[in-house]
Amino acid sequence: MKAPDFDYCRPGTLAEALSLLAGADGEAQPLAGGQSLMPMMNFRVAAPEILVDLAGIPELRGIARQGDMLRIGAMTTYRELQDDPALQAVPLIAMALPHIAHDAVRNRGTIGGSLALADAAAEMPALMMTLNAVIELAGPDGPREVPATEFFLGYYETACEPDELLVAVRVPVAQPGEVFGFHELVQRHGDYAMAGVAIRATGVAPIAGLAVGFFGVSDRALRVPAFEEALTGTDGSEAAIAAALPKLDAIEFEGDTKISAETRRHYAGVALKRALKEMLA
Amino acid sequence: MTRDARITLTVNGEEISAVVAVRTNLVDFLRHDVGLTGSHVGCEHGVCGACTLELNGKAVRGCLTLAVQADGGTVTTVEGLADSGRSDALRAAFTRRNALQCGFCTPGMLASALSYIERGGSDDRQAIRDHISGNYCRCTGYQSVVDAISDVIREGDGA
Repeated sequence: MKAPDFDYCRPGTLAEALSLLAGADGEAQPLAGGQSLMPMMNFRVAAPEILVDLAGIPELRGIARQGDMLRIGAMTTYRELQDDPALQAVPLIAMALPHIAHDAVRNRGTIGGSLALADAAAEMPALMMTLNAVIELAGPDGPREVPATEFFLGYYETACEPDELLVAVRVPVAQPGEVFGFHELVQRHGDYAMAGVAIRATGVAPIAGLAVGFFGVSDRALRVPAFEEALTGTDGSEAAIAAALPKLDAIEFEGDTKISAETRRHYAGVALKRALKEMLA
Repeated sequence: MTRDARITLTVNGEEISAVVAVRTNLVDFLRHDVGLTGSHVGCEHGVCGACTLELNGKAVRGCLTLAVQADGGTVTTVEGLADSGRSDALRAAFTRRNALQCGFCTPGMLASALSYIERGGSDDRQAIRDHISGNYCRCTGYQSVVDAISDVIREGDGA
């Protein structure tokens, strides 16, 4: 279908965009790359009164190294990330990017758009949680920061208020000895995952400093501390994974028209085993 | 704020200025207002790839881009790719390899494939498949499409 009618504006500064949001009484929807919002509008599951196109705001662009962090502007496209040599400092994102949608979508889809939308099956929220990234917001009361691990609250629900904008994300760069893993199960390369996992560890023999982010399993991207603890200190063998998997009971696995919650739970385990095996190889 | 906007953009080398409803997507604008019906409209939610075209040198989904977002930009459709000769080798390979039957996916398939070839994509069949995974074809089973793209890369005259 086609999108329902709406008003459109394209502010040239962050301040102007924030004042438009503040004056819209919750009726305005920021437009980033549009690669998720436009399908939702065409399906008419989203019908914002006003679209605030963020494409003309310089403050939302750019990738910059700041000490041990890589600061990525919200309007940075997946394609810009793929093409930027600075991304080599964050190998987990580089590993995941080819799996995020398709070339033509990556050319317009943005990191900030994905994080602000918080689709439960999207890769970027889980990556940011696994990397302990920090999300920068701007609002009428000024800027504030939220750890990625506290940002995602439920289906399409985040800590970002309707009058706030996601400005950037700061991602810790990889430290010497750190290793990463990524795997997702999809029906077609580039589709939303039926279950996926991102892994970071500061050591592998035995596994140390482990972070595991799951996506496509429940109502949001999530980490399970008890599961991470159960695998930490082990050799990551099949037996160690089998012993840790019951800790995923903490996840409320969701079923949908494609697969049941039970199958999804199984897939999460499969994705984890594959990602870990490749990481430890 | 506005529900209609004047946009000016370059389409296949020609400057075009028009007033559009802001809800109009780029591929509908090109088909209905500009009369370029080469780009096809399939699913209208970014999944099938039939509307893939080039905006500012990059392949994009015409159904997930508003015409107003292309204001000031440069658009190349499948017609423009043919007129400039950029898609000659690929079109010849598609014909030679029977890489289409009904032809509905072909404009998007050509735009996607050309973006892969021109960026120096390898002739590895899995890599080609991964790249065109965003373009549905219900006729060929993709074998012949991969054959055609692979041919152009090996011949080295695609770009």
